[in-house]
Amino acid sequence: MHEGVAQPAWVLLAYLIAGICFILALRGLSSPESSRRGNRLGMIGMAIAVVTTLAIHEVASIVEIAGAIVIGGGIGLVTARKIQMTAMPQLVAAFHSLVGMAAVLVGAAAFLNPDAFGITDAAGAILPVSRVEIGLGVAIGAITFSGSVIAFLKLNGNMSGAPILLPGRHILNLGTLAAILGLIAYFTQDQSPWIFWTLTALAFAIGFLLIVPIGGADMPVVISMLNSYSGWSAAAMGFTLHNSAMIITGALVGSSGAILSYIMCRAMNRSFISVIAGGFGAVASSGDAAAIDRPYKRGSAEDAAFLLKQAEQVIIVPGYGMAVAQAQHTLREMADLLKKEGVRVKYAIHPVAGRMPGHMNVLLAEANVPYDEVFELEDINSEFAQTDVAFVIGANDVTNPAAKTDKSSPIYGMPVLDVEKARTVLFVKRSMGGVGYAGVDNELFYRDNTMMLLADAKKMVEEIVKQLG
Amino acid sequence: MDFIAILSIFVLACFVGYFVVWSVTPALHTPLMSVTNAISSVIVVGALIAAAAAGSPTAKWLGLVAVALASVNIFGGFAVTARMLAMYKKKERRDA
Repeated sequence: MHEGVAQPAWVLLAYLIAGICFILALRGLSSPESSRRGNRLGMIGMAIAVVTTLAIHEVASIVEIAGAIVIGGGIGLVTARKIQMTAMPQLVAAFHSLVGMAAVLVGAAAFLNPDAFGITDAAGAILPVSRVEIGLGVAIGAITFSGSVIAFLKLNGNMSGAPILLPGRHILNLGTLAAILGLIAYFTQDQSPWIFWTLTALAFAIGFLLIVPIGGADMPVVISMLNSYSGWSAAAMGFTLHNSAMIITGALVGSSGAILSYIMCRAMNRSFISVIAGGFGAVASSGDAAAIDRPYKRGSAEDAAFLLKQAEQVIIVPGYGMAVAQAQHTLREMADLLKKEGVRVKYAIHPVAGRMPGHMNVLLAEANVPYDEVFELEDINSEFAQTDVAFVIGANDVTNPAAKTDKSSPIYGMPVLDVEKARTVLFVKRSMGGVGYAGVDNELFYRDNTMMLLADAKKMVEEIVKQLG
Repeated sequence: MDFIAILSIFVLACFVGYFVVWSVTPALHTPLMSVTNAISSVIVVGALIAAAAAGSPTAKWLGLVAVALASVNIFGGFAVTARMLAMYKKKERRDA
């Protein structure tokens, strides 16, 4: 087969339809009602792509292929059914790593058996364009794989979420990156196996090197970035195979991940480069010694229940701590009891609350919180001034007023929720000792209208529920 | 298809992606990640070609492993997305 050998028109159309199904799958996510239909279209698109591929190739090993699909699909379905919603970030990271690895394997197979992919010239050598595409696809795939593995280990707690800083890492990283690009360029001149395997190995290495220095709290950016990479690697493979479904999907996923990274960076007021350079939060211990001595007001569950019951409007601000404590269900019970008392309850979500984009929304949805009670930062921030109680649970830096006033603060300029404007702030926190991921003290703790509820998030909410009930 | 035709598809799809993704509501950003994850497993097309072809046994096995990995993602990704989306409910029903 050769590049010039055209695929039949119906095949091109089938792949195009698959691509359109994927576009509509994402389009459906513009609202929860249409999202379920979108997801089904995604599945249809995938089925079309798989069936078309099998139909136009002489399949020498249908039994093995069916076996691979059954095994892989079975593992996927069981995992999807069993996984806890709080573990979504890890799961997504693990899935990203699989896409990356699949891209590497496909690239390697294309390198070893280029005839099957129709990318050889008359003399049997791989076409130079295809070499660049394979090289890029494999490199991005390998980075996605090893980066996602590290992200998974950090999110799953197998590896410390603290940034690990290697000396001279910037030079090391840039050097490796340059070497990879150099090898891809050289690959077009010489298709010896050592070039291919060296560049693959270097790409695996740089994935580790890039993600290891990035702290746990920057994971929303990292996980979106890896999402984007997995798309670009699929697109690169699509170029190799001249397959429009893969190219469309790769472009969609690539831009989706890139946009999410951008949204996350903007929500932290940090540049993408500074996140990737890593090391944020590495100086976490500076300055909290002085902070602990400052006076603050401490309240009990009884005080909290009293204040909540008297309120006209309560805004709940959840953060990663709520996910860790698995407090979302109890929190919804509390909200239900308050609603029975005639209190208006709303939820305010900061874009970077949690460990991945939209993390809090999923957890609240899991706890049966109607999504029309859940608001994004811009939509609800002006309401705190007319709110009686802001109930902060497991969030910290995203409520820190220093981001608006203190130019020396590392989080200065980050958009924050104006919780301090509420008449009373109830702040659930395990202890006064710990600081948020940015390593800064939160002046909110010491304000007159703040009451600290020091306990495990879930236990505290359970206590409050008991008091209300 | 020649390279320029493919490149055109790619560039236009990037624009489509840009506009479509900005219209996704932030509340659904996690399902967005899991569904993009599932659809990026369309790389299974490449894996199937490698696994189906005669010629190089190594390439065939690499292809089969890639088919299995991509299948985990396809089935797992769509299933977990469906599970999440099923949880998003509007007000009333039980609480009213």
